[in-house]
Amino acid sequence: MLMMCLSLGVLPVHAADPVRIGVAEALTGPASQYGIPILNGFLLAADEINSAGGINGQKLLLITEDERGKKEEAINVFKKLIFQEKVLLIFGPTLSNSMFAAGPIANAAHVVAFGTSNTATGITDIGPYLFRSSPMESDVVPATLKAVGAHIPLRRVGIIYGNDDAFTKSGYDVFKSSLQQQQVAIADTETYARGDVDFKAQLTKLKAAQVDAIICPCLAEEGANILIQARAMGLSAPFIGGNGFNSPALIDNAKSAAEGTWVGSPWFDGNAAAENQHFLRAYRQKFHSDPNQFSAQSYDALMMVAQTIKKITFTPQLDKNRELLRAALPMVSFVGATGPFSFRPAPPHQGKPGGYDAHQTPFVYVVRQGKFTLVR
Amino acid sequence: MATMLAQQLLNALSLGSIYALFALGFTLVFGILGVINLSHGGLFMLGAYAALFFLEAHWPAWIALPTAILVTGLIGLLIDLLILKRLRRQQAPHLMPMIATIGTTILMTSLAQGLFGAESRHFPLSFFDNASLTLGSLTLPYAQVVIILIAFGTMIVMGWLLKKTRLGIALQAIAESPRAAALLGIPVERLFHLTSFLAAILGGIAGILVGLSFNAISPFMGQPMLHKGIAAIILGGLGDMRGAVLGGLFLGFAEVLAVTYLSSEYRDAFSFGLLFLVLLWRPQGLFGATHVRSA
Repeated sequence: MLMMCLSLGVLPVHAADPVRIGVAEALTGPASQYGIPILNGFLLAADEINSAGGINGQKLLLITEDERGKKEEAINVFKKLIFQEKVLLIFGPTLSNSMFAAGPIANAAHVVAFGTSNTATGITDIGPYLFRSSPMESDVVPATLKAVGAHIPLRRVGIIYGNDDAFTKSGYDVFKSSLQQQQVAIADTETYARGDVDFKAQLTKLKAAQVDAIICPCLAEEGANILIQARAMGLSAPFIGGNGFNSPALIDNAKSAAEGTWVGSPWFDGNAAAENQHFLRAYRQKFHSDPNQFSAQSYDALMMVAQTIKKITFTPQLDKNRELLRAALPMVSFVGATGPFSFRPAPPHQGKPGGYDAHQTPFVYVVRQGKFTLVR
Repeated sequence: MATMLAQQLLNALSLGSIYALFALGFTLVFGILGVINLSHGGLFMLGAYAALFFLEAHWPAWIALPTAILVTGLIGLLIDLLILKRLRRQQAPHLMPMIATIGTTILMTSLAQGLFGAESRHFPLSFFDNASLTLGSLTLPYAQVVIILIAFGTMIVMGWLLKKTRLGIALQAIAESPRAAALLGIPVERLFHLTSFLAAILGGIAGILVGLSFNAISPFMGQPMLHKGIAAIILGGLGDMRGAVLGGLFLGFAEVLAVTYLSSEYRDAFSFGLLFLVLLWRPQGLFGATHVRSA
């Protein structure tokens, strides 16, 4: 069966045929809160590319499959897209977990699997056909700390995080190792449990520790509470948040207590660059809602792939075309809604070549007068 | 160092007084109705949402907050009339009201989630935001002062009501034996309703205080509080008012001191470990009496 499918892939491709791109995202289930904005980003990019005449005269055709945020489903969808739908490359899946399961299938079939939302370490260890445009937290956090350190002294910090939540715990781990690498002393580490509302005991200790800043890899909601209580008790050290702070809810809830809080993120909605302003306008016009980081990343991903395809002279053979794309993609140099972007080869893993991670400087911003303000 | 300790003792007092206020309503129902009302966490959450609803409708705080407390009390009464009363009439075993009130909590949580959304909300009030009183090197956020005053004020009023009034004496008689109280002409069923109403009011006040001072109203806020409430009333002795208040305060101090001298990582392990030790020493709780009645 597999052999038959592979041999069918050698059928000639006519110039007028559309470029078939697979999109495997979680469109139902809990992960759909990410999967749907991601799909919207792709739809917007495809619209723009096609209305501008396509790629070298070929229209772009998105073949969208729902992988429901599940590993088994992602595997099935990948097989369908590669062998039945004969796509040139696959975007997705939404969750890192699913990419660990489905990525090896694309790698074995020599088809590019391009993640736009996978941030776990090890994704690109799967093989040379793995690409991602989403920077890892371990890339964002050191850059955030460096940028903050350029503005305020950062010698002794305190940390507060939720130790019973996978997201805040992994944020803590990344911050901790980055702080150690940058030789910033951690004077005090405090934790809280999910559902806590009173953080004053921990904050009193942090206040007594007299730190330069407080690291808070928390979700925006509890983060806002922590900020309010800290300011009410006279704790004036600035806060540095993780990805969870990258939310308008932080300022909405904490109001003036959010002033002076630092956050790093791959995308900044207030970025005045023309590419981002264009993206914001077009997205709002098409979907009547505000985009988020995930839609910006998927929009950019399809745009940079289209830019790459434009430079390739396709052969009549799909297998060869897939290889041509894989060979050309690492050379991407692109400026999009998330700013300048290029790929960075992942180091070889157990003697085997790795894929390509995002090489991108994150945006670092600080809350000034109730607004996220860029500091870079 | 001394300043930090004083500050932490103040934190403990405000946290403990919320636990105490919550536990007081919780234990009241057990003491008089003889049931564990697991919807008390739901009522606590409801109080906060009722206040949020009226405040967002632009009612002035001095009308909105008492109305919200009253509404919570009425819901508590409704739960008694619709569920607990039936179970009493059928002389259902202890487990039944527990299971039934778990169901009521799930219903209330889902309703709040449906009506207000799952994300955490805050009151559209700003008089507590960041404001604090400075006493020497001690910072007293107004929110904390208000919590302590209202919580203790409410507890004192309840104490007076239950110990010094005819109503309180009647309730004590019911707690002793509902049948004997009925024989004495005490309207037992009506006082059961009143108890459920009062307990819900206490839960509602606690919910509003938490909403006011911590800025975190969420459909799920009742669950962690219920756990602390259960710990507090078991520690104090099931059904004992003084015990619930002291149990709540004990828990607040244990948690804050664990953070201060140990590590926040071990906060719950420490406070619940302490609870375990106290129960080893006094299985009936600090104030619980082992009831021995002779005919």
